[in-house]
Amino acid sequence: MLYPLAWLLATSLKPADEVIASLRLLPSRLEWSNYTTALDGVSDVPVSRMLANSLLIAGGAVLGNVLSCSLAAYAFARLRFRLRGPLFAFMIATIMLPHHAVLIPQYIIFNQLGMVNTYWPLILPKFLATEAFFVFLIVQFMRGLPRELEEAARIDGCGPFRSFLQVILPLTRPALITTAIFTFIWTWNDFFTQLIYLFSPEKFTLTLALRSFVDASSQSAYGPMFAMSVIALLPIVLFFLAFQRFLVEGMASSGIKG
Amino acid sequence: MTTTDIPAAGVRAARRPAPGDKRPRRRREGAAWVFLSPWVLGAAVLTLLPMAVSLYLSFTDYDMFNPPHWVGLRNYVQMFTEDPRYWRSVGATLGYVVIAVPLQLALALLIALALKSMKRGKAFYRSAFYAPSLLGASMSVALVWRAVFNDGGTVDNLLSAVGIHTGGWVNRPGWALLAVALLTVWQFGAPMVIFLAGLQQIPAELYEAAAVDGASRWRQFVSVTLPMLSPVLFFNLVLQTIQAFQVFTPAFAVSAGKGGPADSTLFYTLYLYDRGFVASHMGYASAMAWTLLLVIGAVTAVLFRTSRTWVFYADEGDR
Repeated sequence: MLYPLAWLLATSLKPADEVIASLRLLPSRLEWSNYTTALDGVSDVPVSRMLANSLLIAGGAVLGNVLSCSLAAYAFARLRFRLRGPLFAFMIATIMLPHHAVLIPQYIIFNQLGMVNTYWPLILPKFLATEAFFVFLIVQFMRGLPRELEEAARIDGCGPFRSFLQVILPLTRPALITTAIFTFIWTWNDFFTQLIYLFSPEKFTLTLALRSFVDASSQSAYGPMFAMSVIALLPIVLFFLAFQRFLVEGMASSGIKG
Repeated sequence: MTTTDIPAAGVRAARRPAPGDKRPRRRREGAAWVFLSPWVLGAAVLTLLPMAVSLYLSFTDYDMFNPPHWVGLRNYVQMFTEDPRYWRSVGATLGYVVIAVPLQLALALLIALALKSMKRGKAFYRSAFYAPSLLGASMSVALVWRAVFNDGGTVDNLLSAVGIHTGGWVNRPGWALLAVALLTVWQFGAPMVIFLAGLQQIPAELYEAAAVDGASRWRQFVSVTLPMLSPVLFFNLVLQTIQAFQVFTPAFAVSAGKGGPADSTLFYTLYLYDRGFVASHMGYASAMAWTLLLVIGAVTAVLFRTSRTWVFYADEGDR
């Protein structure tokens, strides 16, 4: 099951002549130069720069999703307002909406705002709670919290804003952490949106760098290419190892308690 | 489902405020809209408006530089009758969905059943099987896939060793599609976790009762597990099918963005990207996008329709 990952790690350390021909998983000697080549990056932009770009985008997306999705979720889960039923149904429906149906006009909008080839199209939508999956996940979690908490807070003189900040939000932490981790990993893995919106190499993320590395180099650069793949995969692996409990539980609960 | 308690909540809301005192209620209503404002803005500007615009653009010729030019149904006619690549992209996508989704769900269910009865190490295996679901969506792993299934890659070498010469899967039509489908099957961890959670909610009494009645293991699976699990199975089926229609990265990686060989991995989204963002036919790409939206909507509707015959909700008897 984890063989492809082991293969990736092993190949990133293989000398050029062993990369393809050999059936053996382990390299005969460790070729660290693959990594130094990979660190040079592509088009004179070092990998460290692309790593920083990827982190910036993923960090912005996490902040945006946690903020905007928890706000919307609180309204849907705990407050009453006209149109709540229809709007909630619409929000659920957008989970199933294929991204491609809105992609081209979104691109045109961002293009007219002069935001193509900046990070705004990748980060700004997250501040507007466009990922309904997370709104739903947080709604489900908030619904499980006892009503008496807010009633007690209201008697103590808390308005909806204070009881959101001081009562509900701290208790929603597990759902917020799940949202943050999934957002980070999905944004990090995302290829399509980055491919469309970013075209200057100095703006590239690691994912885009990998792609242009493949285009630019022939099979002889397999070792460095997989070294770069390892670098690109490392943050997700670390996130996974650190937060696997949240991820698995989050997946299970968001899927089931419907 | 969650939507059922909304009318009830509405009734409660109407009853609660003291007669003649409307101000608190209105202020709370205002507060709700403040909380909701980012979402409302996003839904209007980044979802509803773009949907309307892409519907409009699908009836035009638009290259991003000149104003859109109305052509009526031209794009759709061209798609359906004059563009063989369009139909090849439909074929590749359908083939991929039909191979990858059932295989992935079957494997997910099988492993979930095996894990359920495990006493020790369950948490470890659950995480290990789940890892590919997160890592597999990355470009890195898609590139590994291309190398492993390439001419002279590990899979090709192993098959050659037992006398089967494929010459590399990614160079052969049909085989390349299978390689991409296997990458998806490998990511069975996410539906597996959901299956496992569903399995753990089946009351043990049901199995005890079945065992007392002398039901075999297989009979218990068919008569207890499957019906009790059918809502979860349905959820996974809908979710994975919708996602499979939109897969992009692995096809892009395996074919270096070209959808080859012989358009066999030219997935719908890859061709949409090619028409819209490489060839600058935004009108044509919009027509493709709306067709995809309708097809996914129709497939989901059909799944929901058939679900009435095979999805069993345990609480139905209470209503």
